[in-house]
Amino acid sequence: MSIAVASIPIQGQAASLSQQEAIPGYNEAIIKRFTVATVVWALFGFSVGTYIAAMLAFPQLNLGEFLTFGRVRPVHTSAVVFAFGGNALIGTSLYVVQRTCQTGLWGGPRLANFLFWGYQAFLVIALTGYVMGITQSREYAEPEWYADLLLLVVWIVYFAIFFGTIVRRREPHIYVANWFYLAFIVTVAVLHIVNNLALPVSFTGTKSYAEFSGVQDALVQWWYGHNIVGFFLTAGFIGIMYYFVPKQAERPIYSYRLSIVHFWALIFLYIWAGPHHLHYTALPDWAQTLGAAFSIMLWMPSWGGMINGIMTLSGAWGKLRTDPILRFQVVAVAFYGMATFEGPLMALKPVNSLSHYTDWTVGHVHSGALGWVAFIAFGALYYMVPRLWRRPLWSVKLVEWHFWLASVAIVLYISAMWISGITQGLMWRAYDQFGFLQYSFADSVAMLHPYYLTRALGGLLYVAGAVLMAVNFVMTIRQPAPATARAEALATA
Amino acid sequence: MPRFNHAPIERSSFLLFLLTFFVISIGGLVEIVPLFKVESTVTPVQGVRPYTPLEQLGRNIYTREGCYTCHSQMIRPFRDEVDRYGHYSIAAESMYDHPFLWGSKRTGPDLARVGSKYSNAWHVAHLIDPRAVVPVSIMPSYAFLMDKDLVTSDIRDHLTALRGVGVPYSDDMIRKAADDLKAQASGENADDLMARYPKAKLGDFDGQPDRLTEMDALVAYLQVLGTMVDFTDIRLEQKDK
Repeated sequence: MSIAVASIPIQGQAASLSQQEAIPGYNEAIIKRFTVATVVWALFGFSVGTYIAAMLAFPQLNLGEFLTFGRVRPVHTSAVVFAFGGNALIGTSLYVVQRTCQTGLWGGPRLANFLFWGYQAFLVIALTGYVMGITQSREYAEPEWYADLLLLVVWIVYFAIFFGTIVRRREPHIYVANWFYLAFIVTVAVLHIVNNLALPVSFTGTKSYAEFSGVQDALVQWWYGHNIVGFFLTAGFIGIMYYFVPKQAERPIYSYRLSIVHFWALIFLYIWAGPHHLHYTALPDWAQTLGAAFSIMLWMPSWGGMINGIMTLSGAWGKLRTDPILRFQVVAVAFYGMATFEGPLMALKPVNSLSHYTDWTVGHVHSGALGWVAFIAFGALYYMVPRLWRRPLWSVKLVEWHFWLASVAIVLYISAMWISGITQGLMWRAYDQFGFLQYSFADSVAMLHPYYLTRALGGLLYVAGAVLMAVNFVMTIRQPAPATARAEALATA
Repeated sequence: MPRFNHAPIERSSFLLFLLTFFVISIGGLVEIVPLFKVESTVTPVQGVRPYTPLEQLGRNIYTREGCYTCHSQMIRPFRDEVDRYGHYSIAAESMYDHPFLWGSKRTGPDLARVGSKYSNAWHVAHLIDPRAVVPVSIMPSYAFLMDKDLVTSDIRDHLTALRGVGVPYSDDMIRKAADDLKAQASGENADDLMARYPKAKLGDFDGQPDRLTEMDALVAYLQVLGTMVDFTDIRLEQKDK
C-alpha cells in the first residue's frame, strides 16, 4: 500500500481547507452536533448489534428480564437505522442544503437546536422503552404512541427547516441531492403517520392498540417497513451520494438526465414493493403479485442510481488507489448495486419461498446497511469533519485501516448469513426417502452455531473499524489548527 | 419529438414538493385501500372469536418480550410447512389481532398453531429454562415471568380500547372482564366465560395455583394459538352460522 504517498494530496487538500474562514450565515454548529451524534450512535448501534449476534451464538448472554434478544434487537435496529442513519441524514442534509442553496438554515439556530435535541430525546425515550418492554411490536416502528407524537413534531420542524431553506435559496435550480432528501423527509412523514395509527389504553399509560388488524395491518406495516428501506435508507443516502461523491472525486455527476429519470422512477416504484415481505401469507394474491412485479421494476432505477454514482469517477479512477475516503464511497455504491440486485431476486416468489423467515434476509439487509448505508455515511463524515473543524484529518492511514476492517467484516457477515439462511431454508423443506420431514426444527437451530460465531466476529471487526474512525475524529478535532501554525513556523524560520 | 423539460420542476420548490407527494402516494393507495373495501380479503370462518381477557394480556406479554423477533405466526401453504405446523394460516384467524404478529423470521419455529400441542407444564418448563427441554435451543430464559403478578386492574380499559379499534367486545364482556380473567385462571365458575368465549382453555397454567402471574397469561395465550378454527369441519367457509 502506498499510504505515505497517498496521504500527501489529501492532507494538502485538507490543509488548504483549514485556512478557509467560516462561511457567514451558514449554521455549522448544528452540523457539528449531528456529526458527533452520528459517530456516538454508530458506536452504540454497532456494539448492540454485535451483542445480540453473540446472544444467538451463546444464549447465556441473555441477562435477566431487560437484556433478552427480543427486547434488545429493536434497540439495535432503531439505533442503527434511526439514531446512526437518522443523525447522518439530518446532519448531511443540513450541510448540503445550505451549500447548494447558498443560504443559511431557515428558522434560525434555536429551531435547529430544537430539531437536534428533540430528535435525540425521541431516540433515548424509544430505546430505553424497548428494554423496559414498551413496544408496539411493529418492526422498525416499535416506539409507542407518545414517542411517535414527539417524533412527528420533530419531523415537521425538520421539514420546515429543510424546505424553508430551499424556498429562500439564492440558486435558481434545486440541486439533485435535495430532491432525494426532500422525498425522504416527505415520505417518512406519511409512512410514520399511517403506520403508527393506534388507540392508547389510557393517556397516562404507555400501551396502545394498533388501529388496523390482521391482514390489513400486515400490509400497512410492510408498506411502512419496506419504504423505511426505500426512503430512509435509500433515497436519503442517495442524496448523500449525489453531493459527497462528486465533491470527493472532484468530478461532476455523470449524467444529469439519468438523475432525473432515476429519481422519479425510484420514488414512484419503491412505494409499491412492500407486499413482497408477505409472499405466500394470507395477504391476497393480487397484492403479492403487484409487490413482486414492482420489486423487479425497481432494478432499473436502482441501477440507474448506481451507474450515475460510480460513473461520476470517469477520468478519476486513479484516485481510488490513493484516497480511502473515495474508496468508502465507491464501495458503498457498489454494495448498493449488489443489494438492489439481490432484493428483487428475493422478491420473486419461488426464491422467497426458500429465503423468507431465514438468515438470508438478515444477510441481505446487512449488505445494504453495512455496505451501502454505513459506508456512504462514513465517506460523508470523513469529508465533513476536516471542513467543519477546519483541521486536516489526523490520520489517513487510520482511514485505510477502517476501510479494510469494515470490508472484511461485511464479507464475514454476509457470507455467514447466506450459508446459514440457505441451509435453514433447505433443511425445513427436506423430505427423506420415506416421505417424512428429514429434519426437526431443532436440527436447523443446532447447525447455526458456527455461522452465528462468524457473524459475531464480523460485527466485532465492524465495531473496531468504527472505533478507529471515532479516534481519528477526536484526534483531528483536538489538533490545533495546524495550517496556520505551520505557516507561522515557516515565517519565523 | 418535443423534448421534455425538467427545469420548471427543479426551479420551483412547491412544484417539486407537490409532484413528489403525488408520486409517492399512488402505490400505497392502490395497494392498501382495496384491502379495506374488497370483501374477499378476509373470508369469515366459524370459530374465530376475540381473545379472552387472560389471553389478551398474555398476548401483550408476547409483544412486550419481542417474541415476534424470532417466531412467526403465519404458516405458508407449502407441503413441508403444513406437515410441520398444521393447516396453512388463513386471514380470518388474525382478524382480531391488533397488531398482527405474523413475524418475519424463524430463529425459532412458527407458533401459529402451537396451541394444545404441548401441555401447560411443558410450556412453563420450556419458558423457565429452554435448554432443559430442548438442549440445542438458543432461546432466552423467561423464568422471571413466574415471579411477576399479572396486572389486571386496568383490564376493562384494555378491552374498551380494543373495541375502539374494532374488536367486537360486547358491553357484557367488558363489564365482566375481571370475573372472566379470574374464572379462566382458576377454572372455577367458568360457565359464563365459556359462553362468551367458546373453547377457552381453563385452569391454573403456571403450576402456582395461589398466584396469577404473567406466566399464566402467556401460556394461556400460547395455548389458544391456532385452535379457534376447526379445519376438519367441511362447512368451514359457510358465511353465516
